[in-house]
Amino acid sequence: MPQSSAYFGEFGGRFVAETLVFALEELERAVQEIVPTESFQNEWRGLLADYVGRPTPLYRAKRLAERLDPTAENLGELWLKREDLCHTGAHKINNALGQVLLAKKLGKQRIIAETGAGQHGVATATACAVFGLPCEVYMGEVDVARQAPNVARMQMLGTRVIPVSSGSRTLKDAMNEAMRDWVTNVRTTHYCVGSAAGPHPFPTLVADLQSVIGIEARRQILEKTNALPDAVLACVGGGSNAIGTFRAFFDDPVPLYGIEAAGEGVDTDKHAATITRGRVGVLHGARTLVLTDDDGQIQEAHSISAGLDYPGVGPEHAALHRSGRAVYLTATDHDALQITREVARTEGILIALETAHAFARVLDVARRERERLGRPARLLLCLSGRGDKDLATLRERLGGEP
Amino acid sequence: MSGGRIEQTFGALKTRNKTALVVYLTVGEPSLADTLACARAALEAGADVLELGMPFSDPTADGPVIAAASYRAIQRGGSLKMALACASELRKSSAAPLVLMGYYNPVVAFGETALPGAAAQAGVDGLLIVDLPPEEGAPLREAAKAAGVAMIPLVAPTTRPEREPKLFAEARGFVYYVTVTGVTGAKGAPLGEAGKTARAVGDRAGLPVVAGFGVRTPADASALSRTGVDGVVVGTEVVRVMTEATDTEARARAVFELVSGLRRGLDGG
Repeated sequence: MPQSSAYFGEFGGRFVAETLVFALEELERAVQEIVPTESFQNEWRGLLADYVGRPTPLYRAKRLAERLDPTAENLGELWLKREDLCHTGAHKINNALGQVLLAKKLGKQRIIAETGAGQHGVATATACAVFGLPCEVYMGEVDVARQAPNVARMQMLGTRVIPVSSGSRTLKDAMNEAMRDWVTNVRTTHYCVGSAAGPHPFPTLVADLQSVIGIEARRQILEKTNALPDAVLACVGGGSNAIGTFRAFFDDPVPLYGIEAAGEGVDTDKHAATITRGRVGVLHGARTLVLTDDDGQIQEAHSISAGLDYPGVGPEHAALHRSGRAVYLTATDHDALQITREVARTEGILIALETAHAFARVLDVARRERERLGRPARLLLCLSGRGDKDLATLRERLGGEP
Repeated sequence: MSGGRIEQTFGALKTRNKTALVVYLTVGEPSLADTLACARAALEAGADVLELGMPFSDPTADGPVIAAASYRAIQRGGSLKMALACASELRKSSAAPLVLMGYYNPVVAFGETALPGAAAQAGVDGLLIVDLPPEEGAPLREAAKAAGVAMIPLVAPTTRPEREPKLFAEARGFVYYVTVTGVTGAKGAPLGEAGKTARAVGDRAGLPVVAGFGVRTPADASALSRTGVDGVVVGTEVVRVMTEATDTEARARAVFELVSGLRRGLDGG
């Protein structure tokens, strides 16, 4: 259920131009008064069931586990929450349908969104098609080029994709342009934020809508194994799939691991490991951990995965890191590419490069948990999305290798 | 008291029945020397208050002209610290109110509680942080109060009247009314209508009110002035003429001409 507070510990808040405050207050009221109603929940959950295909399966990846740890000394079981099987191919649709439905109930006539990998853009374009609302999606020029299939999908769905040529021409800059559009058209337009980031109430709203992932996964693993997982893993860019998975386990004695993108390495200047290497700052409306220099200029992030290529992180993750409730690790571009091929060849699943970062740390987490438990660990991983969109990158980077 | 310069300036203009001309410059675009030359030219041409823009990498409330200027300024070393240096230098030869304008992340990086003291030391009279609504930034506000630096509130066309007490509670100096629902430099701001709203906002705040966003020409300034606002802000147009000029001298001349024209618009209007 929605929290009334704008803050997660010292992180969060609402750092926006005065022009936007009324819209965020309106949205906050809607989160409190419309989202919990039976009619909203029935309509949204109905779509999740019949249109998205929820609940998504929980699948045990036996061959991959065996490949990663042939003696099963550390990794006992690996369970995958198959968000890649959602309609449109990623968890993003859970949030997009909820927000666009809410916008419709608020009488908004137009939807805008930012997108990195294009998964949130496709999800928003899809929700707008279903609800009959016009949609415009801001996308950095670099991402338009590396995620071309998703650009075509959005256009096919009737959405206008607006390439952003400022700054690093990736997700951060797409979000800047979306904010500028929203400042200008705020009376008629809803900004469908794609991650559990941004000004209050977005981090809460997005986490509420994505919590369905963890609630299902917790129930499913109890049904299948009669036990909770020994640890939960998810990749973290802004962090919506991770927070959606983690929340259901907050009250359980289950360690939570978020995996950030280390790009070419956290000791280079080409990474997106905001929690691992960032400092307290304010970006896109929230006080959170941010990649920023001594002058307070936001630094450009880098990751092979467009969806993690962001110099900020949702404020709830910053708070989970600060409190120690979740642990944040990193995986490099190289790690992500290698494990993507392993997963494809052992399980027949082409995972998104974002998700690959979580897979890349499975064995490390298993070792850590084995230390703690004294027996092989049972891990649950959120398989947040499918990787068809990444084929061009995969062919370019892995093409020559066996 | 550094905050006194704002009150003195608006008070003196009011007795002469004049409207304040507030000029915005992006510090460090293209260099500190240019900013200083153009700031002096603006003051000479009749600007009453200067807003020194602290460049930020992600200026989400700015239109393309100021956003691009900010980006270029950063490439050339523009920063909050340079804005402080700029203020110090201007303060040596001018008693005009100086306001630092920008976004919150550079303030956090500088140190929220350290900035107001450093600003006062540099001769700065006010801080205008675009992405800091009154609910946020308590440590900065307290430090500003202690240092005698005014926190200038922004009021937007979308601000509901119920919010005003919160916006005005700790406000000092003046109130900045945003004439258009949009980013800086937006076209088609309904200036006559906005000016009337701004006047009423200023009366409720009990402070001078300036109106800005989308003011380009002497006619725009004149139209706003006639509604009784205490001041008119020009930013994007200043940055634009500076960008088009080719050297420091030409930039200062262009700013002088622009500001002179705006001054005539305000005084003759």
